[in-house]
Amino acid sequence: MASGTATNADPDQQTVRSNSVEQFYFPRPGQSLPGIPPFFGPPSSSLYLANDNEAKVGNQLEPNPSQSTDWDPQAIVSNLTFLEQKIKQVKDVVQSMSNRENQVASGSCEVAAKQQLITADLTSIIIQLITTAGSLLPSMKNPLSSNPAVRQLSNTLGSPMGFGMNANQRPSVDSKTDIPDIGKASGYEELINSLNTTQDERDELIKGPNPCGGEGSEPTPMEDHDVKESDDGDHEGENLPPGSYVVLQLEKEEILAPHTHFCLICGKGFKRDANLRMHMRGHGDEYKTAAALAKPTRDSGSDHAPVTRYSCPFVGCKRNKEHKKFQPLKTILCVKNHYKRSHCDKSYTCSRCNTKKFSVIADLKTHEKHCGRDKWLCSCGTTFSRKDKLFGHVALFQGHTPALPMDDVKVSEASEQQQGSEPMNEISRSMGCFPCSSSDGISNLDMKMADDVRGYYSPMSFDPCFGALDDFTRPGFDISEDPFSFLPSGCTSNNETSRVNKGSNVPPLGLWKWTETLSDFSH
Amino acid sequence: MAAASAAHRHSKRCRLSPVPLDSLADELLFLVLDRVAAADPRALKSFALASRACHAAESRHRRVLRPLRADLLPAALARYPSVSRLDLSLCARVPDAALAAVPSSLRAVDLSRSSGFGAAGIAALARTCPGLADLDLSNGVHLGDAAAAEVARMRKLQRLSLSRCKQVTDMGLGCVAVGCTDLRDLSLKWCIGITDLGLNLLALKCTKLTTLDLSYTMITKESLLSIIKLTNLQVLTLVGCIGIDDDALSSLEKEYSKSLQVLDMSHCQNVTDVGVSSIVKSIPNLLELNLSYCCPVTPSMVRSLQKVSKLQTLKLEGCKFMADGLKAIGSSCVSIRELSLSKSAGVTDTELSFAVSKLKNLLKLDITCCRNITDVSVVSITRSCTSLISLRMESCSHVSSGALQLIGKHCSQLEELDLTDSDLDGEGLKALTGCTNLSSLKIGICLRISDEGLTHIGKSCPKLRDIDLYRCGSISDDGVIQIAQGCPMLESINLSYCTELTDRSLMSLSKCTKLNTLEIRGCPRISSAGLSEIAMGCRLLSKLDIKKCCEINDVGMLYLSQFSHALRQINLSYCSVTDIGLLSLSSICGLQNMTIVHLAGITPNGLIAALMVCGGLTKVKLHEAFKAMMPLHMLKNVEARGCMFQWINKPFKVLYIFFQPACLPLRYV
Repeated sequence: MASGTATNADPDQQTVRSNSVEQFYFPRPGQSLPGIPPFFGPPSSSLYLANDNEAKVGNQLEPNPSQSTDWDPQAIVSNLTFLEQKIKQVKDVVQSMSNRENQVASGSCEVAAKQQLITADLTSIIIQLITTAGSLLPSMKNPLSSNPAVRQLSNTLGSPMGFGMNANQRPSVDSKTDIPDIGKASGYEELINSLNTTQDERDELIKGPNPCGGEGSEPTPMEDHDVKESDDGDHEGENLPPGSYVVLQLEKEEILAPHTHFCLICGKGFKRDANLRMHMRGHGDEYKTAAALAKPTRDSGSDHAPVTRYSCPFVGCKRNKEHKKFQPLKTILCVKNHYKRSHCDKSYTCSRCNTKKFSVIADLKTHEKHCGRDKWLCSCGTTFSRKDKLFGHVALFQGHTPALPMDDVKVSEASEQQQGSEPMNEISRSMGCFPCSSSDGISNLDMKMADDVRGYYSPMSFDPCFGALDDFTRPGFDISEDPFSFLPSGCTSNNETSRVNKGSNVPPLGLWKWTETLSDFSH
Repeated sequence: MAAASAAHRHSKRCRLSPVPLDSLADELLFLVLDRVAAADPRALKSFALASRACHAAESRHRRVLRPLRADLLPAALARYPSVSRLDLSLCARVPDAALAAVPSSLRAVDLSRSSGFGAAGIAALARTCPGLADLDLSNGVHLGDAAAAEVARMRKLQRLSLSRCKQVTDMGLGCVAVGCTDLRDLSLKWCIGITDLGLNLLALKCTKLTTLDLSYTMITKESLLSIIKLTNLQVLTLVGCIGIDDDALSSLEKEYSKSLQVLDMSHCQNVTDVGVSSIVKSIPNLLELNLSYCCPVTPSMVRSLQKVSKLQTLKLEGCKFMADGLKAIGSSCVSIRELSLSKSAGVTDTELSFAVSKLKNLLKLDITCCRNITDVSVVSITRSCTSLISLRMESCSHVSSGALQLIGKHCSQLEELDLTDSDLDGEGLKALTGCTNLSSLKIGICLRISDEGLTHIGKSCPKLRDIDLYRCGSISDDGVIQIAQGCPMLESINLSYCTELTDRSLMSLSKCTKLNTLEIRGCPRISSAGLSEIAMGCRLLSKLDIKKCCEINDVGMLYLSQFSHALRQINLSYCSVTDIGLLSLSSICGLQNMTIVHLAGITPNGLIAALMVCGGLTKVKLHEAFKAMMPLHMLKNVEARGCMFQWINKPFKVLYIFFQPACLPLRYV
């Protein structure tokens, strides 16, 4: 890598470098830590910066026409004016929002959408600013992106990036003249596709030069929106058989860092592949071409990728290179998953079963798809996804028995209930026929209520009460009128009208029982 | 009848002096009642009606209850508190609630022919009878794993039948295996939902199993090994197990089952002689081996049976005998007592003669449908196997009447003889006079039999219980009268298509009080008068076939309904019975099976009325034309009570029996 930066500094060796890439990939099998410090140590690169800045601006224009377009001050000026306009737009939007807030409290969702638009705009502005600065100062990029603060910023800003697209598509954007590519493309997909195709063509026709001018630097920030799509493609193209491969071993901290994109040369991780590509430019000028900066296609990736395998940093692990039967991990993603699964706490708990724990969130998600579908259940509460596993378990433990899924049991219970409810229905039917001489409305209402209440009692206990009802109809029951004085108002008010009505009005079963005992008492 | 009257006399004495009955210890009284019941099942009823004390004694004595209707169960159980066995096979529909009301003293419950109950009912049964030891849930096609899980709560269960419980899977079986570890006898016949997983668990948990029926299950070699390893297993039935093949059997080579005594591998179509040879090595104590419809019989396979020195029964029905296969049986299996070769191909005179000449101890021989054998075989059979008690040789049509005479002369121990469709004549029957132990005689389609021959039987075979005279066209009333007079123990008689018979035969048969099965199909001269005699005399009559007895009309039915309360099954097709007769018949509450096809006097309304009245019906055959004529909801109602309809659409046949008896086909229709 040191040689790489050296060539960077030397413009005369630019053309040679594409060949030398292979040379410096392979001499590093023993390299255990491709980390940044030894090669990209901030102090050393910042030292470069001081003299590079002036030197490069002038020097690199001459040997390589593509470089000259990169450093075109006009392009930078146009970028800056674009940024200026954009900032103005955002400012307008914010102002209009504050005005509207004063007038009417508009819908919160609308406000939220506006806010998101603004953040998206600001993000794109910042990124454009950075890229513009980056294109100005190529060697400056590495310290910039390796600077944790900046990385953090780009990471946090990256999340709402999708909205940047909307911001640019709004009709108020009048930057079409300045950056025709963005304006032409209705969506970033199209833009990038067109860029890719044109660049591919260019790659075939002319290897070195990039006639694209300032546009070459333009797409890089836009690529950020395609992070998810590029996730898959990033680590592929390493299906070569084992043999002479490079063994890389990442440190624990690096593995656990929330990165999904890693530099194939130094192993440094990024959350977004655009950031990675920005980083890659520090590894040499060939990464600065439009082709390299564009969203990588799978073929181009495999062309440059060295045969690399990875080692787990956990000593004693079979995946650790010190192990006798060392089995390398294929990709960095494998390293991450392996390390988390084997050597980390399982911090993700399934919210459904509250028993299964995972260290990789994808495993949890996979489990949640099947969780609760373990239909093979033992009486001890253990569930199994396979019947033979359940039977093995039952065979092993004394007293454990296969348990039927709950819905089966419910069915049988339901049939039981149905049977039990039959006599109740009969009773309610006979209740319905019960003569109600006066105040029909009230009594009917009360009847319903009584029905509801009765639902809680078994028909058995209801039967004697029903017998007690007959007592009400019997003449000579007048003695028990007094005890009704503290029954619900509906009853007491109808006291004089008829005894029958009284009986039907008494809603709760408990009272009926009570009246039965009373009537017994009175006889 | 005599016993009944004895009971009457007994009860009369009780009424006069009730003290002796009270002073009699229950144990002694029960012994008396056991004897009375054995002599005449109806005697106990009259005993119970004699007095209050007799009633109480009878209530205490009864152990088995077989109610006709499930709704009467509570009353019956209240009357018989000490009943231990509840047989619900006559109740087509048993609701869950009925099962919840049984007493806790029950030890056995038979639900094999009932439906209408579910897991809830079994759960209630398990709750109320924790000591249940015997449960029959056969034909519970509606029962699933939930029901099996409830069965598993009966910890003391020793015998369980889940035959045809097709919905039960490994889960249910697993529950049973874990719950009922005391099981001795388990039938899983036709449980097609069960696989090796469940069977392996069963073999692991239920180590006390002695009898296991796995017929028509999906068992393969995965679980066969663990089942053979069951140390107490004596009887293993593997009928029609397609998963059992030579590979499975040879995998048992190193295993060894000392306990296994009976192995039934009939209809295992994937087993060949090689597999049989290999499994026989691991079961040295085998007593009975059934390989019917299983594999070709080769000499090498039979020779491997030499290792099974105790083998007593060998059943090779429907097998194909290779050359010298049968001969090898004679030389290798000298210990066998029972040999069945029925419907086997390749049974020749020379080989059979050789085999039986070696098998002197043979007690039972079945050569049904061995059509190639002739007098030679019969001669050697009668010469060497003189101690035969059972000989079945239906459709051995090459055997002459002369050879058949030898059977009676030499085999005087015979209890069961089947000479259906043979050349038997009066002389042959006369020769049977020596066989005084004869209890079952099947001589259907023996056209040369005459009344004279039957007279010999009637005189010399007093123990005869079952006689089949199907299509013996030349016999008349006199022959039947001789049988009826000489064989008072007669329980079953088939006189179908004996067209000469009249009411006189039935009048004499009515003296056979034990008669329970009477088939007089196609006897056109028999009328209601004869049937009424039978109804009054044979009170135990349960099966009656009067198809094509067109002289029988409503009068006969009236008598039946009045006297034949034990009637379970009746075939009325082509009779002159009308709605009135049918309705009166339907008052027999135990009636289960009716065939009512081609009755001119039956209307849809009469039919539906009869069906509605007769609550215990389980199967009714009707003409298809009625299907459209009867209201659908009525049919549904009857079906809901547990009755199954079978719709016949045969055309009405003109009965020409009177005119051309010889033209009829000679086999059963």
